[in-house]
Parts: sequence; structure tokens; C-alpha cells
Amino acid sequence: MAKRIDVSGLSAYYGSHKAIDDISMTVEPRSVTAFIGPSGCGKSTFLRTLNRMHEVTPGGRVEGKVLLDDEDLYGSGVDPVAVRRTVGMVFQRPNPFPTMSIFDNVAAGLRLNGTHKKSQLNDIVEQSLKGANLWNEVKDRLNKPGSGLSGGQQQRLCIARAIAVEPDVLLMDEPCSALDPISTLAIEDLIGELKERFTIVIVTHNMQQAARVSDRTAFFNLAAVGQPGKLIEIDETERIFSNPSVQATEDYISGRFG
Amino acid sequence: MSDIMTKNPRGTDPLARPGVLAHRRMPRWAPAGIAVAAIAVGTALGLALGLSSKIQWGLIALILFVLGTYVITAAVEDRRQAKDRVVTSAVWACFVVAVVPLYSLVETTIAKGAKMINGNFLSHSMAGVLSNDTGGGVYHAIIGTLEQVGLASLIAIPIGVFTAIYLVEYGRGKLAVAVTFFVDVMTGIPSIVAGLFILAFWILVLGFSYSGFAGSLALVILMIPVVVRSTEEMLKLVPNELREASLALGVPKWRTILKVVLPTALGGITTGVMLAVARIAGETAPILLLVFGNPMINNDPFHGTQSSLPFYIYEQYVLGTEQSYDRAWGAALVLIAFVMILNLVARGIARWKAPKTGR
Repeated sequence: MAKRIDVSGLSAYYGSHKAIDDISMTVEPRSVTAFIGPSGCGKSTFLRTLNRMHEVTPGGRVEGKVLLDDEDLYGSGVDPVAVRRTVGMVFQRPNPFPTMSIFDNVAAGLRLNGTHKKSQLNDIVEQSLKGANLWNEVKDRLNKPGSGLSGGQQQRLCIARAIAVEPDVLLMDEPCSALDPISTLAIEDLIGELKERFTIVIVTHNMQQAARVSDRTAFFNLAAVGQPGKLIEIDETERIFSNPSVQATEDYISGRFG
Repeated sequence: MSDIMTKNPRGTDPLARPGVLAHRRMPRWAPAGIAVAAIAVGTALGLALGLSSKIQWGLIALILFVLGTYVITAAVEDRRQAKDRVVTSAVWACFVVAVVPLYSLVETTIAKGAKMINGNFLSHSMAGVLSNDTGGGVYHAIIGTLEQVGLASLIAIPIGVFTAIYLVEYGRGKLAVAVTFFVDVMTGIPSIVAGLFILAFWILVLGFSYSGFAGSLALVILMIPVVVRSTEEMLKLVPNELREASLALGVPKWRTILKVVLPTALGGITTGVMLAVARIAGETAPILLLVFGNPMINNDPFHGTQSSLPFYIYEQYVLGTEQSYDRAWGAALVLIAFVMILNLVARGIARWKAPKTGR
């Protein structure tokens, strides 16, 4: 049950520093939206506001609205824990839990949320690992520690862990930046499959990757270092990479930036 | 041109220095050889000068070792290598200096205490044993130490661990600063002051009588800051990414701490807690003030006086007879063994629970 995300007038702060300013956009369900832009322009911060992870950082706070199928994530009485169950996240560096086996890592989200039936867990773990294209590589060593896998496998383990709790939206913060080209290809293929079931938002520094995997692309930029980041434009990926409507986007994509 | 090809820039003989990168190396056994020579010269000097203390011999040998390493390496290799080897040998020398007292302590205790360790010593109290009688034992003191330390740990470990969790995971602003400050202050409290505080508060004001539990309360004061400090450091080592990964799965913060953060840090926390236990197991002053000492077996830590191992050692030492000295050494050995076993258990738990890296 992928959901639509509607952001309007969103600004995020670290203490008194404004990191992103007045962002509005719509993310369509069952699609991949890529965020591109220079370092420090607030892509990751914006991504983290979409599942209320931004406020985990000390001093982090948010103004504006994020509607998930008409329900405001920042409305009064909304439980951030419930938001994060609906909007999953994969991080830049693979971060499997070091004390847990491969099986326990995938089952972590379910177990920590109260599902303990062994047969049910077995099914979900298998489905999730298959969904992350990792099942064949690890099915014989599910009880081995997750940290013994290679970087690319660990990242797919983290994706399996994220999709095991059946979120509606999957946020990915530069999921391939620590991986080699083959692992990157594996994850890009996976993103293509996952978009049948989830709404996917991906932050990437790799423009070819954005062009390959995404349906729509958003370009972020900042006026100067220390200034808040802004959304410059969001459009169909093909249009952004062939005929963007803003000059800054074209400069960035063609490498004339900075 | 051929000059440059065959000779290195310093113009030394190309046969002795085969290239620019390679240079003459001392043999692998050189450091050990220098050490042996230094010890031999140190001993010879000590004998020749008639120095009575072996410690002086050792210090001379250590200094000779470090200086000799420098001079010989500088002559054979070069000055940079010499500096490198001097620092290495200085580290070795410091290690030896640190280990000597430990070795000496354990050796003396075993030499003087081992003959006392037998079933009778471990299973009997001092009831009816006069100071110059042989026999008697430490059973009552072992019971006392186990109960007092056990009760103190039961109170101090949860308080300490929860305080550390508060400081690392939740603490912001003035309260956290104040808690950190008072934990630091508590670290510096001398054990006799902790004992006097409980004596004044628990026994004189509230009117309870001497008991093992009163001693435990003083030990709690001594134990909490050590547990807080070590647990805090271990929790800080847990990567923030793991917390975020768990939170992003929709796991509430308290479950994240309980199921992800604490298990990851458990090995280190266990070690820290065991060090704290070892520290309070050796405390004498609060026991003297609050538990009062008792030559007989008292299994009830809440009523009546008890003994404990450090107190027993002190008591037997004060008696001043040959037999009581033997008993004191025996009890010291039992105490050291107790702390050693605790540490080994802690190491075992830490290794067993450490984040796994195998494939």
C-alpha cells in the first residue's frame, strides 16, 4: 500500500541554524523520486524530515506540513514511532546490528515491535530477504552474524530489515555511496523491483544513478555555504536531465557547477 | 654518472649499503641481547658498588637498557632507527616497572598464604579461637564479604546503569550537567567518609544497629560513581547509526536502548561493573565503622554484626601473633582469588557477549 507524500512549506532547523527553507513537493506512490544536489544543500535533512528522524538529532526541529495520504506527520498527537513504522529508512553506511545474526537483524523490526511467532517470523524473514535479493546468498547461514557479510550484502540486509516491517514508503539516504559498482547495480535493480510495492525516495550524489533508477528527480541547491538549502525544481527525470527549466540545474548536471 | 649510479648520496660504500632504501639492520635478537647485557652490567655494578637493594640494581639495568639501545642502534643503524628503538624499549621498561609490584605482591601473598588454604580454614569461623591458637578460619568473613558486596551490587548496579543511560541517552541541559558533576564529586569520596556518613545517618539518626546491610549502604556510595562512569563511556561508544537504524524501524526509544544499545555495550559494561565490585570488595573502613566485626558466623546481613575479608585481615594483623599473621595472609590470598575469579568471569561474559565479527 504505497502512499503519496505531499510536502508544503517545510523548513528544518538545527538549533537556530536553518538547514532547509520552505520546501513544497509531491511524491507519487509506486514511483522512485531521486534527490540530487551539492553536499550540504539539505537533501538528507529533508529526507529525514519525511519520517521524523530529523528531530532525533539534538536541536532538530521542523516547521511546515508533510501529508502522507492526507494525514499530517507533524500534526498534533501523531506518534513519531508510528510514523517510522510507516516510513522506513535505509542509511548511507550499512548498519546491521552487531549483536544479532542475519535472521535476527531482519526480524529485529518485527520482534522489537512485538511479533514473536516463530513460523510468522520465518516467513517474513524469508520474504524480506528474497525481496532484497539476498536470500540465495545467506539462506545457509542465517544464524551467522550480519556483520560478517560484505558491504553490498550488508546494505541489502539493511534493506531487507527495512521492508520486513512492511512500510508504505522507503527512504534511502545515498544507499550505494559505500558500495562497489556491482553491489550498486544489485541495489539499483532491487529499487526497480521494490517500487511496485513501495513509494521510494532516494538521495544520491551519482547523477547516472538518479537517471537510471528514478521516475522523478528533485534538484536542491544552496545560495552559499551557511545559507539554507532550497528546492530548485522537481520534474520528470527525463526532463531534468535533458531540458531542465532552471539554468542552475543544467549547470549542476553538466558539471559546470562551482 | 657512474658515481651516482653505484654510490648512494652519502657516498658510503655501496657494498655495505646495497641501495637507497635498504640499510644495515641489527639482528632480530639485538633487543633481547641488549636487555641481557644491561641486566648483567646492572647486577655487576650493584655488586661492585655494594648496593643492598635489588630495586637499585633493576633501575640501573633499565636505564642501561634504554641508553644502550640508543647508542648501539645509532652506531649500527641510524639516528631515526635509534629513536624508534629507544621508544620501543622505554615502553618495555615501563611495562616491566608496572608488572614488578604486581608480581611481587602476588608472589608474596601466595608464598605466605598458600599454606593456610585448606578445607578447615575455608569452612570455619574464628569462634573461640584465641589470637595465638593455630586453626580458625575465614568462613564467616567470606559469608560477610559475599553478602555485603552482593547487597551493595544489587542496589548500586541498577542505579549506576540507569544513571548512565539517562546521561547518555536522555540527559540534556542543567540536570545532566549537575548529575555529571555530582558523580565526579562522588568518585573522590574517601571510603572512611562514606562510612561516617552512613554511621551518622543510618545508625545515629535513624537508629538502626550495626549490620552487614549498613556496610553495604556505604559500599553503594563508593560503587555508584564507578559504575556510572564506566557504563557511560561504554554507551558513548555505541555508534549512533545503530540507534538511528532501530528508531527508523519504528522501534520506540526505550526498546532501542534495551534491545540494541545495551546488548552492544554489554561486554564493556560488565567489565566496568566487575571492576567496581572488585574495588568495594577490598574496602575496610566502612566495614570497621558499620559492620563492626564478629568472630562468629552470622548469615543474616540485616541483623547483627558480621565480618568481611578485608576487615578480617586488618583484625588478624592487629592481633600481632605469628598465628594471626598467617591467618591474615591466608585471608589476603582468598580475597585476591575472589577478585581474580570475578574478573575472569567478567572477561568470559565480555567475550561471550561481544559483537560478533566471524563469518
